[in-house]
Amino acid sequence: MSQKATSQKLIDIYIMGKRYPVPQGLTIQDALEYAGYQLIRGVGCRSGFCGACATIYRIKGDPQLKYALACQTVVEPDMYLTQIPFFPAEKAIYDIEELEASGEQVLQLYPDLLTCMGCNSCTKSCPQELEVMAYIAEAIRGNIAGVAEKSFDCVMCGLCSARCPAGLSQYNIALLCRRLYGRNIAPKAAHLAERVAEIESGKFDDDLVALMGMAEGELRSRYSERDMER
Amino acid sequence: MYPPEMQDSLDKVAVTRERRFKESHPLLSMEEKETLLHGFHPDFTAGGMRELKVGPNKGEKTPNELADLLEGNSRVDPEIIDLEVVDHDVDVLVIGGGGGGAAAALLAQENGASVLMVTKLRLGDANTVGAQGGTQAATKSHDSPAIHYLDVMGGSGFASIPELADALVRDAPGVIQWLESLGVMWDKEPDGTLRTESGGGTSRKRMHSARDYTGLEEMRVLRDEVRNRGITVLEFAPAIELVMDKDGQVAGAILINFETNEMVLVRSKTTILATGGGGRLHYQDFPTTNHYGATADGLVLAYRVGAKLIFLDTMQYHPTGVAYPEQIVGQLVTEKVRGLGAQLVNVEGEQFIYPLETRDAVASSIIRECKERDKGIITPTGQAGVWLDSPMVDILRGQGTIARELPAMLRQFLRFGIDMSKEPILIYPTLHYQNGGILIDDQGRTTIPNLFAAGEVEGGVHGRNRLMGNSTLDIFVFGRRAGKAAAERARETKLGKLTLKHVTQWQRQLKEEGLEGRPLSPMLIPDYTRHGRIASLSGSFARGLE
Repeated sequence: MSQKATSQKLIDIYIMGKRYPVPQGLTIQDALEYAGYQLIRGVGCRSGFCGACATIYRIKGDPQLKYALACQTVVEPDMYLTQIPFFPAEKAIYDIEELEASGEQVLQLYPDLLTCMGCNSCTKSCPQELEVMAYIAEAIRGNIAGVAEKSFDCVMCGLCSARCPAGLSQYNIALLCRRLYGRNIAPKAAHLAERVAEIESGKFDDDLVALMGMAEGELRSRYSERDMER
Repeated sequence: MYPPEMQDSLDKVAVTRERRFKESHPLLSMEEKETLLHGFHPDFTAGGMRELKVGPNKGEKTPNELADLLEGNSRVDPEIIDLEVVDHDVDVLVIGGGGGGAAAALLAQENGASVLMVTKLRLGDANTVGAQGGTQAATKSHDSPAIHYLDVMGGSGFASIPELADALVRDAPGVIQWLESLGVMWDKEPDGTLRTESGGGTSRKRMHSARDYTGLEEMRVLRDEVRNRGITVLEFAPAIELVMDKDGQVAGAILINFETNEMVLVRSKTTILATGGGGRLHYQDFPTTNHYGATADGLVLAYRVGAKLIFLDTMQYHPTGVAYPEQIVGQLVTEKVRGLGAQLVNVEGEQFIYPLETRDAVASSIIRECKERDKGIITPTGQAGVWLDSPMVDILRGQGTIARELPAMLRQFLRFGIDMSKEPILIYPTLHYQNGGILIDDQGRTTIPNLFAAGEVEGGVHGRNRLMGNSTLDIFVFGRRAGKAAAERARETKLGKLTLKHVTQWQRQLKEEGLEGRPLSPMLIPDYTRHGRIASLSGSFARGLE
């Protein structure tokens, strides 16, 4: 160990039952690596977006389980850590083009929705602090837009599903609803369809060909002179 | 929560804010920009790069860390591999599980191919999910693919390959439409009009977003679609070498099962590399925004079969990486914060650059402000940075804009007690993107038969500097093109006997050049364990120990 590493204040954490002194201030992920783990599972973007590093832990003396993304959470003294690798939850297989954007459709693909017993374990386990049970309630009511809105920031880490006593796969239900919303319910952009048609008709071909063949000097002056939308 | 020693500067930022609302920092002239880049961009740091001694790009410069791997030793011993026992036999092999790989797999299958996707970590563990700001496309009537083309060219230092830039801008609106048809929730006005913002170096507002989770939203949808369509995906199965046939065509890959370390042989009529970039190599000890698996594996695989690489000497440093708090140093702060109106200011609370210059210029100006002008803010651990004056966004655009448009950023800083809607955030450039890569044509074909590439691993599209929002565009444009072209090529391909002769020849070349001491490559994953770290301190993680 380097001198630099030992000069920092160390705190004790427990990984898979073993005690490791680690520098205070590290994230859980950094602390695992400091302790000697070269991670393969339970690590991904390291920025809080991919959901690979969902972690369940407990602090000595406190019986309650706590939930976090390992890359976004700082270690505390006497943390008991066990990395649970991501495991897939039940996912319905569908052809998105064949689906109707209706509550019945969602229920047909995920009939277990109705077994939600309202325990709120899902919401309590969400490291993004989403109102998971509330969006499940929207799904049961058939309000797809409500599910899409309330679940949008989901990183699909799977903790909700892992903790659900009814075995729902909340994050896959939410994904289905968002896809139905984006494809079928959100108003269409008229300008997008027009632009795609214009490109297919070759409207911009001459302009592009001219630019592609332009000498660098002329391209440079065209670039400096272009008007900027502010 | 900022420490007390940073409070003075925070006060100055608050005091100058009202005046700055009316101030617009002048744009750089082309000459000023070039001087700035040559003086302060890390690409020009002496000693940061060296010439390659072997391979198709012999004599060209690249960062030392990448040169070590490109000149590396194979993990495969051709003498002991039995190429007669094929584990998977498919038309198209897609290596890489990000947005580019997923798009390629979907299009290859739509075009009639049997497809196998293999990925080092999970399907979707890729830089795509970390892309926050948006995807460029000229979808509005006052914009056009030609104006987009001009922005790409100028941003690239006039180095983009015209055919590739043309493909990028021409396909862009269709990509937005394709993603919408699959269910991506674009930000829209109530009448359906797509909401668009500016990015650095864009002359029109053409950044299409899904809050500041744009890449995550795109990836969630494509991953679901790959699963719905029954495409076989092998996770935790990185490729460690490409296989060729006796006629010099790429004909598959050797993978390892990451859990059991068993080798897996895939024979494929065509192969698409979509392995992303190399931020985890921490060039010049920069921290990075990149995901854990971004170790430039695809460049190594392609180089060993003789594929030509391009623009290996230019990396993108994102201007706004987190500089405080310590735990998240180097993580991305999306350019959308500047797109929505936030300025960059120094320790005195004064602007020093127009915030939406191209990334290379903004990053260089921040380095100059800290290193030459001594106007940076220093954190308790010695990290320098400048302020991104985020509270301006809510003042300019109305209370609640940050919560609505930047929920990921707001959440990230709140986890460490900083409310970016009320206080500015401290930033410094961070290693973000590989501007160059494997040379491709407009169908994603590399210079080696039956080998294709898509996304960050390829090069030529963005020249020497990529614009914001053109990466999540690139992965879909070239993922789709490569997928279709690879499926078509597979139909006309007859494979000969498989061989690893190229590996034997490569090892002989290393020996002739006296390079046997190079590391094994591809790297696959970085070593951040305490022991490994002390051996090679790198990036933000290492700083935690100092």
